Amino acid sequence: MAEFNAPANEAEFDKNFAQLKPHMTKTQAYLESSRCLFCYDAPCIKACPTAIDIPLFIRQIHSGNVNGAAKTIYESNYLGNTCGKVCPTEVLCEGACVFVEANEKPLEIGRLQTYATQQVLANDKDLFTLPETGKNKVAIIGAGPAGLACACELRLHGVAVDIYEAKTKASGLISHGVAPYKIQNEEAWGETDYLERKFGFRIFYGHPVTEVTQTKYLEDNYDAVFIGTGLGKTSQMGIPGEHLQNVFGAVELIEKLRDQKNKLHFPGNVIVLGGGNTAMDAASEAARMGAKEVTLVYRRSKNEMGAYEFEYDLAKSVGVKAIFNAAPVEILGDEKAKGIKFIRTKEVQGKVEPIAGTEFVLDCDWVVKATGQEKHRNLFSLIQGLHTDAAGKLLVDAASYRCMATKYFAGGDAVSGGQEVVNAAAEGKQAAFGILTFLNKE
Amino acid sequence: MTQLNTNFAGIKSPNPFWLASAPPTNSGYQIMKAFDAGWGGAVWKTLGVPVVNVSSRYGALNYRDTRMMGFNNIELITDRPLKDNLREIEEVKKRFPEHAVIASLMVETRDQWHQIMQDVTNAGADGVELNFGCPHGMCERGMGSAVGQEPRVLKTIVEWVMEVATIPVIVKLTPNITDITKPALAAKEGGANAISLINTIQSIVGVDIDRFVPYPVVDGKSTNGGYCGPAVKPIAMNMVKNCAQHPGVQLPISGIGGVENWRDAVEFILLGASTVQVCTAVMHYGFGIIRELTEGLSRYMDEKGFSSIEQMSGKALPNVKHWEDLNLQYKVVAHINEEKCIGCQLCFTACEDGAHQAIRLNSNPAIRIPAVFEENCVGCNLCSLVCPVENCITMERRDDGSENINWKERTLAGTVPVSFNDELAGGLHHTVPMPMEALQKDLPRHYKVK
Ligand SMILES: Cc1cc2nc3c(=O)[nH]c(=O)nc-3n(C[C@H](O)[C@H](O)[C@H](O)COP(=O)(O)OP(=O)(O)OC[C@H]3O[C@@H](n4cnc5c(N)ncnc54)[C@H](O)[C@@H]3O)c2cc1C
Ligand SMILES: Cc1cc2nc3c(=O)[nH]c(=O)nc-3n(C[C@H](O)[C@H](O)[C@H](O)COP(=O)(O)O)c2cc1C
Ligand code: SF4
Ligand code: SF4
Ligand code: SF4
Repeated sequence: MAEFNAPANEAEFDKNFAQLKPHMTKTQAYLESSRCLFCYDAPCIKACPTAIDIPLFIRQIHSGNVNGAAKTIYESNYLGNTCGKVCPTEVLCEGACVFVEANEKPLEIGRLQTYATQQVLANDKDLFTLPETGKNKVAIIGAGPAGLACACELRLHGVAVDIYEAKTKASGLISHGVAPYKIQNEEAWGETDYLERKFGFRIFYGHPVTEVTQTKYLEDNYDAVFIGTGLGKTSQMGIPGEHLQNVFGAVELIEKLRDQKNKLHFPGNVIVLGGGNTAMDAASEAARMGAKEVTLVYRRSKNEMGAYEFEYDLAKSVGVKAIFNAAPVEILGDEKAKGIKFIRTKEVQGKVEPIAGTEFVLDCDWVVKATGQEKHRNLFSLIQGLHTDAAGKLLVDAASYRCMATKYFAGGDAVSGGQEVVNAAAEGKQAAFGILTFLNKE
Repeated sequence: MTQLNTNFAGIKSPNPFWLASAPPTNSGYQIMKAFDAGWGGAVWKTLGVPVVNVSSRYGALNYRDTRMMGFNNIELITDRPLKDNLREIEEVKKRFPEHAVIASLMVETRDQWHQIMQDVTNAGADGVELNFGCPHGMCERGMGSAVGQEPRVLKTIVEWVMEVATIPVIVKLTPNITDITKPALAAKEGGANAISLINTIQSIVGVDIDRFVPYPVVDGKSTNGGYCGPAVKPIAMNMVKNCAQHPGVQLPISGIGGVENWRDAVEFILLGASTVQVCTAVMHYGFGIIRELTEGLSRYMDEKGFSSIEQMSGKALPNVKHWEDLNLQYKVVAHINEEKCIGCQLCFTACEDGAHQAIRLNSNPAIRIPAVFEENCVGCNLCSLVCPVENCITMERRDDGSENINWKERTLAGTVPVSFNDELAGGLHHTVPMPMEALQKDLPRHYKVK
């Protein structure tokens, strides 16, 4: 395959990871916005998890009111700029645009959205006026999309907010999970820094909450606590050889890639295990880093992949090969992984079953596991009264996002088990309203 | 094969497409280029005592993705010396003897009119067009639309010109007047051979809302200009029709205003024009648009079986009636083609808020195709006009065509409403919701100002 050469410098890296949704020029935005029909009860709004008033902001862009457009966006979605670039719009707003029904290209809602918010970020415009801060204080664990959205909404209602974040930067998986061809770190942080500045919440970086003394402290010093910790590291598959060198969890590898960019060297032959969006991303990224052969292996059939069709197409378009109905049995090698032994599978009443005698081996230099992420069970176990479902997802009230009769609230991937940035942004905001109701009752 | 040749009041041209007197006809260079490309005629940029123009002269009205759907200028007549223009007229006529070269003229005194008529006739012009239309700059000096708005003055000047004219004389009318037939009649009475219309409409095309000054901006200030381009076509067509239908006028008409494609030209011709003139479209796209104009016009004429422009000119006039002559029994209602509908619900909101509450949404919000409530539909067309899908909403006839009663006849029969609360009121039996119902409506969250 080798459609891409290993990037030798940052410029080449940027070229290999050219933005799928590049910023629009003023002319592009003017022309594109002119196409919107201004539908009544617009289906695009209904398809947006944060229900942004899309026809309104598009009309505002068209009439030259770009700051007004950005405000419309941020009123519904505090991660408006990021979402414009990383949302799977094909299955959300753009997929619902009436033009699809007419076999026409839907409005480029995502790019228009980023067009408006970009101007506001670039010019550091003030969009909101914050009220005086009142007596209430809320702690948030995790400065990912869910935590940030919750913080912004609370600040808009005069609540003091402190965020405790394990890492040294905000934005969560936006900067260490999402593929670099969707958004680059600088742009992700451009938005989170802006929010931090404008909404006046405090973020304590390098503050992982991992001990009971810490949770106790939060409970004693804050009126409510929001858990926005997302998911943990890649889970173990439980097969021999997983401990070998050159076996990576997808999220860990992607985080490294986003940090080191061209300085991270990919070898010739990479196998990616899994069939979800993370697997597609990891495979695409390996290919763009110049890996000679990238093979996706999924234990079920193509139709059962969790990944969106367009994400699979994107991976194929950069030369990724895929093998279906094959499950890994063992990772082979002494110190370093050298290959994987697979067995063919079939499905019996929805369950994957190996077919005896069909083992085969694929050689490789790296193994990338995109087989799911762990839940933060340790953290959850520190807190009295938290409940999770069997899969480890936090259980919350569907309207208020309150964790069963505690002063804890939660949203984002920690509750959903892994969705999109836009869902986390919607839930964080929704939870803020739950918290406000809770605070007003106390 | 269709003949596009035209004989307009004695002025012959290979086709009815003329360049209007404007920047595209500023020089012999441009006109030769245009004739070479296929234009049939050109009305030279208005000649007279040369002017001095301002810098920054044009403004435009853009609509959605369409630039220059309306165009505005504050330019005056030619700023080139007469002798240069005359020399170039001669050159063009020598090289293109079959093409129409018409000299547009605007001067003040009787002597000047006589002199300039003689000059352009000697230079070989096929005709002249008297510019009584410019609505800015020249009118303040007692010329242009100042003449066009005073039928008596107009008539006098036409008479001066006719005293010496040996070539056909066209009078170009200004639309900045209530009744266009008045100056048209004056032109006829003065002895003119033809009329052309419309010149530009007085306008302010836009305002720079940061600098508080209209466009185009001349060193921080501006002035009203003349409006033209696609946006003015409907106004121009109505005026052409008025002149064409007036029994006292009966002069050949050159139609001007927003012509951009062959269809526009056909419309003007069907309403009584026999040539059309084009300015804005050429200023926007250049002379090359002539290919589409001539090809489209001859294809249309072939299809309809017209062998000459004469045959088709005015074909629509018998169908342009007074309102009181229209059949009140004719009834159409909107019909939505569910196969084509894309569910934008623009028809719903248009009829609900802007017309007659005759379109309803499905009670199941997942079904986005609206339905027409025929009892309330007055057949106004609005929904079919806003629908973004071609032929998705069609207007279907509901009367059986057996009755034809118009307002005039109903007045004679005494069946028209005459008092304020008359039982014969046309809308009496429509279901109009009670005002308070408006406040109980289920509206989408995003419909209202927050
Ligand atoms: C590989 C990959 C690709 C993706 N691609 C897309 C995409 O293209 N588009 C899209 O919309 N979504 C994508 N997503 C999903 C999206 O990134 C997540 O849904 C979203 O980031 C979830 O937000 P969150 O706030 O719930 O959690 P996270 O983004 O995970 O943020 C959680 C934050 O909490 C911090 N934290 C965790 N534990 C603690 C602790 N104990 N103490 C203090 N801080 C802690 C973390 O450091 C992190 O900053 C992708 C996800 C992955 C894994
Ligand atoms: C269908 C229709 C009916 C109108 N009826 C009236 C009327 O009854 N009284 C009136 O003063 N103007 C009437 N107008 C003119 C409008 O009030 C307005 O002056 C004109 O449409 C220009 O504004 P616009 O470009 O926003 O449409 C009507 C316009 C339309 C389109
Ligand atoms: S569905 Fe498409 S056309 Fe309609 S309002 Fe939304 S973006 Fe505009
Ligand atoms: S305007 Fe046309 S496409 Fe839109 S809902 Fe009505 S019928 Fe359907
Ligand atoms: S024709 Fe007019 S009244 Fe009838 S449904 Fe359409 S918009 Fe309503």
